[in-house]
Amino acid sequence: MGDLLNSGSATVLALIILGLAALGFALTRRRTVVSVQGDTRRLHSLPAYYGYNAAMLIAVPSLMVIAVWLLVQPVLVQNAVIELIPEEVVAEGSSVGLVMSDVRRVAEGLDSAVAQGAMTVQEAASLDAGATDVRAQLAEIGVALGADVQGPVLAAAQRYRTMTATGRLAMMVTALALALAGFAYAFSRTNADFRARNTVEAGIKALLILAASLAVLTTVGIVLSMLFESINFFRLHDWKDFFLGRSWAPNFRGDSDLSILPLLWGTLYISIIALAVAVPIGLFAAIYLSEYASSTVRSFAKPLLEILAGIPTIVYGLFALLTVGPFLVKIFGRGEDGLLGVDWMSGATSVLTAGLVMGIMLIPFVSSLSDDIINAVPQSLRDGSFGLGATHSETIRQVVLPAALPGIVGAVLLAASRAIGETMIVVLGAGAIARISGNPLEAMTTITTRIVSQLTGDTDFASPETLVAFALGLTLFVLTLGLNVLALYIVRKYREQYE
Amino acid sequence: MKDNVISEYDVTPLPIKIAARDVQVYYGDTHALKDVSVDIEDKTVTAFIGPSGCGKSTFLRCINRMNDTIDIARVTGDIRIDGEDIYDKRVDPVQLRAKVGMVFQKPNPFPKSIYDNVAYGPRIHGMARNKAELDDIVERALKRAALWNEVKDRLQAPGTGLSGGQQQRLCIARAVATEPEVLLMDEPCSALDPIATAQVEELIDELRENFSVVIVTHSMQQAARVSQKTAFFHLGHLVEFGDTDKIFTTPEDPRTESYITGRIG
Repeated sequence: MGDLLNSGSATVLALIILGLAALGFALTRRRTVVSVQGDTRRLHSLPAYYGYNAAMLIAVPSLMVIAVWLLVQPVLVQNAVIELIPEEVVAEGSSVGLVMSDVRRVAEGLDSAVAQGAMTVQEAASLDAGATDVRAQLAEIGVALGADVQGPVLAAAQRYRTMTATGRLAMMVTALALALAGFAYAFSRTNADFRARNTVEAGIKALLILAASLAVLTTVGIVLSMLFESINFFRLHDWKDFFLGRSWAPNFRGDSDLSILPLLWGTLYISIIALAVAVPIGLFAAIYLSEYASSTVRSFAKPLLEILAGIPTIVYGLFALLTVGPFLVKIFGRGEDGLLGVDWMSGATSVLTAGLVMGIMLIPFVSSLSDDIINAVPQSLRDGSFGLGATHSETIRQVVLPAALPGIVGAVLLAASRAIGETMIVVLGAGAIARISGNPLEAMTTITTRIVSQLTGDTDFASPETLVAFALGLTLFVLTLGLNVLALYIVRKYREQYE
Repeated sequence: MKDNVISEYDVTPLPIKIAARDVQVYYGDTHALKDVSVDIEDKTVTAFIGPSGCGKSTFLRCINRMNDTIDIARVTGDIRIDGEDIYDKRVDPVQLRAKVGMVFQKPNPFPKSIYDNVAYGPRIHGMARNKAELDDIVERALKRAALWNEVKDRLQAPGTGLSGGQQQRLCIARAVATEPEVLLMDEPCSALDPIATAQVEELIDELRENFSVVIVTHSMQQAARVSQKTAFFHLGHLVEFGDTDKIFTTPEDPRTESYITGRIG
């Protein structure tokens, strides 16, 4: 929170640096052109490259310093301030972390008091907890505190403020100094023989590497955070019961049954029904579009099919709950009033409802991938088969599909991993009862829906009932990752076949 | 040997296998083939030569109606095989292609075993009553394509694992396995090295005993080596057609002469 208050100044600083970079670009570019008396052919690179080089040297190091500083400074300040808080201030049932958040709130309060003019800078720095009621004073300017401010907390808050302010100032000076140094360096190095083009190329490469590694690091971060929370869960709950138990019955008063098997069963059952719907329909659609459809049909049918892929899954969920579910009940339920006269289905939510709708969602996914793969089969194979007097469907069945099979298997596996991870359709369509049953007309529940329900509402992040969500999430992640790796392996192997 | 054949041919004219009259082909708005009329004899190798884009492959693909598989292609005129109009509505193009085999420029074995590649056509057309008959057909086709000795011990190995020349001979075996009457070859040697080319050319000469072979080639040496009749195409027209020897020694049309001597192309 303290960062946010000060982030204004960091933004201004960043803007100043960008302004400097723009100035550096213009000046360096001009200087370069002047240095060869306007005859740009004598330059090693186009004049703009010298400008880019200067802008890069000005902006990149200083902006990086700001970014790192903003991340590191709060940690350092907090570590320094924590020493000021004596043990006895930390009340029973509380923790140093909670006291520290008090400190930060007081510091923020003082900041905004100064900003609104309710206090002078000196007053804020010399407040005494014994003499004044800090809580009341801060309440006047709209900062509500949970408890009276104790002496050590106020002292810590004041220390926190000074250290933060000093840090900010140091950051500004360092960043600006770096920017100016970069400016001077770029400006002085600019001459006709300087290979600005190559330097800019290296800079662009570094930028791209940075983007790629950020994406990878984020993934690693997500996995690690899930892993640590899962470890916390397994400290509180037996892993054997989680993986091998038969019952799921969370109870927020404790002593819950938390086993993944019923959820995994629901997840896989629904996914299999979804694939049974999506794979044949998607594959046949892909065969029609890539092999039989004329280019006019293709040009409107393909985008139309892909619109299905653009529908938000919550809309599919509504479709399941309000249309498909009641329709299935009409067929399989209601006893004498139903279409079949049977009473096998009581509510709209069921494995079949969720599976059917998820299958519809996956059709464009399967068809679009299969379409690409079928199109990648060389035309020469089709010609060869036609040339031997095979019909179109014989050619597809005996030559095109066998050649495309590994790729299609890969597409199906990718679709499967999407089905396993799908959430909204099952939240609305599958029901909330964890059970292991073979009847597709019964409501069951999945891993994803249980993660949602365990984490919504008031949650205590120290109880196994909440932490189980991370263990479920990690299992799901491992499952889909495994499927994706397998799919990519198969697809890649298939690609090599024609190259 | 070829000289013998030519003189033998001169003495006893062979029956006409394919008769084309005023054939026009359009690809969309492009008039790709103009007024082609030609008589192709049975048990003869006929070569189509000409610069790229002259229409020789287009005409070849008219003979087994492969142009039907291209949406924008339109063919008019009259092509008869053994007197039967192959563009008649009653003719099934699929059946026609079983009778008129085709070998393509780039070897295109199916991603199946060598055996299944050759057995593909016979299986589709129900030519074998049992496994033993099918084995016979495959063996005969591979022998005709001069590939049997090289692959007889590994018939179940993938056809794509053979060398380029072997792959092309496999494609020829695959085409002859359906017992076609005409064999069309679209630059069958352009993707092959000289040794493989020599093998395939020798094979073409042997195939003449049973089939009427039409070959499109960019190599005039090849046309001179393997064919008895040559047709020269230029800009969609059939410029000259006649005995190979005559075309290459005393062409009538100045354009043919220019092409053969390397002035156009």
